Amino acid sequence: MTTQTLSYSLPAEWRDFLALTKPRVMTLVVFTGLCGLLVAPGHLHPVLGFTAILCIALGAGAAAALNQWYEADLDAVMKRTASRPLPAGRMDRQSALHFGVGLGVFSVVLMGVATNWFAAAVLAASILFYVLVYTVWLKRRTPQNIVIGGAAGAFPPLIGWAAVTGDASTLPLLLFALIFLWTPPHFWALSLFVRSDYAKAGVPMLPVVAGARATRAQILLYTVPMAAAAVAPWALGLAGLLYGIAAGALSLLFLGLAVQVFANQATEPAQMKPEKRLFAFSILYLFALFGALVVDHWVAA
Amino acid sequence: MSPRPDPVRDEIRRRQKSRAVVMAIALFAFVILVYFISIAKMAVYG
Repeated sequence: MTTQTLSYSLPAEWRDFLALTKPRVMTLVVFTGLCGLLVAPGHLHPVLGFTAILCIALGAGAAAALNQWYEADLDAVMKRTASRPLPAGRMDRQSALHFGVGLGVFSVVLMGVATNWFAAAVLAASILFYVLVYTVWLKRRTPQNIVIGGAAGAFPPLIGWAAVTGDASTLPLLLFALIFLWTPPHFWALSLFVRSDYAKAGVPMLPVVAGARATRAQILLYTVPMAAAAVAPWALGLAGLLYGIAAGALSLLFLGLAVQVFANQATEPAQMKPEKRLFAFSILYLFALFGALVVDHWVAA
Repeated sequence: MSPRPDPVRDEIRRRQKSRAVVMAIALFAFVILVYFISIAKMAVYG
């Protein structure tokens, strides 16, 4: 009996179920969802607010589990993902499927019961969008995969807002647009320096299909409407000057790093410092921007 | 005479036990959460 078949016959460790939910990705989802909830007009009981954020986190975990259930073959050939529970053989696929579906249904029902069914419906839509539209439909078919798939990650502030108000208005839709437009530069920066991995797995990421030059141009192109979406809440009078200054300064910095990426000619990941810098900054950018929005909201109140 | 040690069976038992413990903690947390949600709902609508 080989180690591989032996590990399959063992029940998975609970830690592997936790790993299946991609806890690190969840932090950004939880944070943006929380910010959407905090800036929404009206009042939500703290316990219900906590439950809403818990549901967003569980929903994101469910989507991540179902993504890995579907992509086990793909994860196995990429260095970055080969050690995940399924490709590493620490869990069987059926367990991941049951866990993902169960967690997803649980999060949606709990959201509906604790807050309102509009928020629950948006949460359900975000899970289904990530799993069906991004993972199953687009990811392996088109280099536009993450452009449209990025919408899945843009839902949390909308859900947080909807948990309080029961509807969606201009500000949460702008926050949706901001994350939606932020996703391509964020992911393409990453895919530039892990390109060989995507090529090996046959995923049509933009650098694989169109080359590094075109990808760098697209990063720069997407940064402009992203910056516009970032300052729009201030420009439209939906956020104060504090947010406006933060959004303007952070977006200029983002643009500066995107220009550096555009100017870079390197083809070897070792020489892709600008890309790595932009990727790291892009995460900080979103955290800082949403943080500024909440602080601005509190100052105004 | 004690039965022969079986490392695979012992490992299965260990994993089942740790999963059961985590599940128990999660269920307990859920019960507490539902209790507080009920209190909150009564405070809001009551």
